[in-house]
Amino acid sequence: MASKALEHIRICDFTGQLAGAGATKYLAAFGAQVIRIEDPTNEGRWDILRGQQPFKDERQGINLGGSFNNHNTEKLGITLNLRTERGRELIRELVAISDVVSENFAAGVFDRLGLSYEDLRKIRPDIIYVSNCGFGHSGPYVNFKTWGPIVQAVSGLTFSSGLPEQPPAGWGYSYMDHTGGYYMAMAIMMAIHHRNVTGEGQWVDMSCTEAGASLNGPAMLDYTVNGRRLRRAGMPNSNRNQSPPMAPHGIYPAEGDDNWIAIACRNEDDWQALCSVVAEPWTADARFVDLTTRLAHEDELDEHVAAWTRARERFATAAALQAAGLPATAVQRPEERVDHDADTAEWGLWPTAHHTEMGDVRVDGLAVHLSESDWEITRGAACLGEHNEYVFGELLGVSPAELRSMKEEGVV
Amino acid sequence: MTADNGRHAGMPAGDEPMPRGALADLRVIELAHERSAFAGKLFADMGADVILVEPPGGDAMRTYPPFLEDIPGAEHSLAFWHYHTSKRGIVLDLEREDGRAAFRRLVAGADVLIESEEPGRLEALGLEFTALQREHPRLITVSMAPFARNGPRAREQTTDLTLLAGGGPAWSCGYDDHTLPPVRGGGNQGYQTGCHYAFLGALTALLYRDRTGRGQHIDVDMHAAQNITTEAGSYTWLVAEQTVQRQTGRHAGVNPSPQSQVQCADGRWVTTGFPGRRGDDYRRLLGWLEEAGLLGEFVEAPLLELGTQHDRLDLSRIAVDDEVRAIFGAARSALVFLASRLPAYDFFTGGQSRNFQVGIIYSPEEVLEDPHFIARGFPVRVPHPELGRAFTYPGAPYLFHGSPWKIQRRAPLLGEHTEEVLREVGAGAAAG
Repeated sequence: MASKALEHIRICDFTGQLAGAGATKYLAAFGAQVIRIEDPTNEGRWDILRGQQPFKDERQGINLGGSFNNHNTEKLGITLNLRTERGRELIRELVAISDVVSENFAAGVFDRLGLSYEDLRKIRPDIIYVSNCGFGHSGPYVNFKTWGPIVQAVSGLTFSSGLPEQPPAGWGYSYMDHTGGYYMAMAIMMAIHHRNVTGEGQWVDMSCTEAGASLNGPAMLDYTVNGRRLRRAGMPNSNRNQSPPMAPHGIYPAEGDDNWIAIACRNEDDWQALCSVVAEPWTADARFVDLTTRLAHEDELDEHVAAWTRARERFATAAALQAAGLPATAVQRPEERVDHDADTAEWGLWPTAHHTEMGDVRVDGLAVHLSESDWEITRGAACLGEHNEYVFGELLGVSPAELRSMKEEGVV
Repeated sequence: MTADNGRHAGMPAGDEPMPRGALADLRVIELAHERSAFAGKLFADMGADVILVEPPGGDAMRTYPPFLEDIPGAEHSLAFWHYHTSKRGIVLDLEREDGRAAFRRLVAGADVLIESEEPGRLEALGLEFTALQREHPRLITVSMAPFARNGPRAREQTTDLTLLAGGGPAWSCGYDDHTLPPVRGGGNQGYQTGCHYAFLGALTALLYRDRTGRGQHIDVDMHAAQNITTEAGSYTWLVAEQTVQRQTGRHAGVNPSPQSQVQCADGRWVTTGFPGRRGDDYRRLLGWLEEAGLLGEFVEAPLLELGTQHDRLDLSRIAVDDEVRAIFGAARSALVFLASRLPAYDFFTGGQSRNFQVGIIYSPEEVLEDPHFIARGFPVRVPHPELGRAFTYPGAPYLFHGSPWKIQRRAPLLGEHTEEVLREVGAGAAAG
């Protein structure tokens, strides 16, 4: 009998944005009961994505943010004012029936709410607490604030993305919000496994910049072992490949406006395959006879390749090169990979989630399928306080009358 | 200065024994491939006993530069060193029956298998993972494929570059000047993103097994992994059918946004972020300019003074209110001006200590020299007994206080653990 992998897990979730919300989105898709707590006094605006563009239609509003919906599918949403005594009582009751408490506030915020790890374990000794912020909860930069681009800058990821003689290109989005969320989800699951084995909870202190810095290992070792810095003339050059060296290897222009094709020759077979498809005299030039000579003349080689690709339609070129056996792909626009890509369609990568106010909206799915206990995304993000009655009433036993008075008093 | 490997500020010191990693009860078998190497490392550094299975002659990654002292050699690849920390290594020839028999013995004692072989190879060898999983119901098997394993694009050839180019990230990365190509982010992030999903999927299956006793098979689609790691690139199309456009060093957007990267007085770059909207923000900017001795040169200072008279600017009026626009523009200019006149590190720490969200654009190696990362124990020393030396490696992506991340040992030498491992599973030592 198939069931969801994490349906036995309850998470008391204070995360937001993407770096935190992405983590619990993953877990919720596998059935974890994620209860997202929002502050009623500012309509949950600590999460700046709530109520922000893109919008599905002409309507705008605190419940209608497209990215917020994308990152919070399958979660429950409640409002609770933690500055009230009753609010603090109820959050302790919720922690007591939760496996995990997750948050990605700036360091210190959670302590000031009276919810440090020491506080939490008094409520529930085997609680798992996972915090995720830009610089972690200790060290000289503990009070520094970040968002994705700053995490990427400080961790080395912005620098290592770029072309020679140009400023850093960086990442055109918060790669480390996505990836920080992945590491946070990993941390939560590993801490649950550890608890399953030992009976013990723990605190995991995640610093998003450390997670980011762990993603450039070989470049770091080249420095610590060989003394060679990535900050040097001609580097980085991240459209080329240094480990292993390949040539040609790059993103080349194609027919049309801002159209591009990526081509990688991994070895001599790929090079011969490319030559057979190109079938122009320059491919027989002595400068390009083997990898060593191609690397020595890589600029000229790239000019020849670009002159050939520039006149050609990128999908047809990629198909011809793939038919000859070498890696090539059009640089796909969002529309192309979302609506016209046979792989993402086959995978079911863009599920439709039903949101109470927005209606049906397609969202990011997940890149794994589990044979017995797979994910499912059908419910959109919660509107503000959408699940107050279920969580306070059914899970915590608050009577309807008290819930009404809590509403009047601004507790929820 | 580096921390003891795996021990971090705030963790038990002195006489207390180091607790075991969270995955110390697991044995993982990994068929060596560049696409899946990082997935194995994620297990191994959390304490799992990961056995890397290489073919005779070794995994291709052993030939990838950079090399120790720039001298090629099977034990010199720093890429191999990084991606295979904490693993044991064995050589098995799966083209031979005794190699396959030994592999089956290994599988019988394993919790997790990971592969990223070319389509059809494991079926031809009789080692297809879903079949192995059926034979061993507790087993968790992970197949990492560039595209859906049996899907319409399964036979396409890929590299890290083509995954990032076809899957969405490259469209969003690059420069304002669109005569320059889109840019692949450096550092094998396409492969690593696929590996993040492989690891997430395996952990999910592990928690299911903890509860039910049942393993299962996991398919990873690495192209899909890129597609859902593009933030606004995907959801702006999904929600509103609009297309983001790449911009230098900042988020790709439907509409252009102001420049955010500045080259500092020392030639390094910073990202300036958002100057704030409150009068207090502008007071702190003025104070910073004064302390840096630059107030007299900043011609827009009077606008900042005007800003200090506001409690909070209503930025929703920026298009219609000249004063709001002028003050906010002056605040942005002040950050750019300060950045252009200060060394990058001074701008970063000076801005952050005044509550401005700004960042220094470090080269990866510079992270290892930063006092914050050192204080938290990020750089770790890993002994290489075969060389009589130790080297600094990048450390933990997460600080577990109860079951820590730790590099257990340097990457295995070719065949280093073949005899040891095969003896453990009773498979003899001749299969390599």
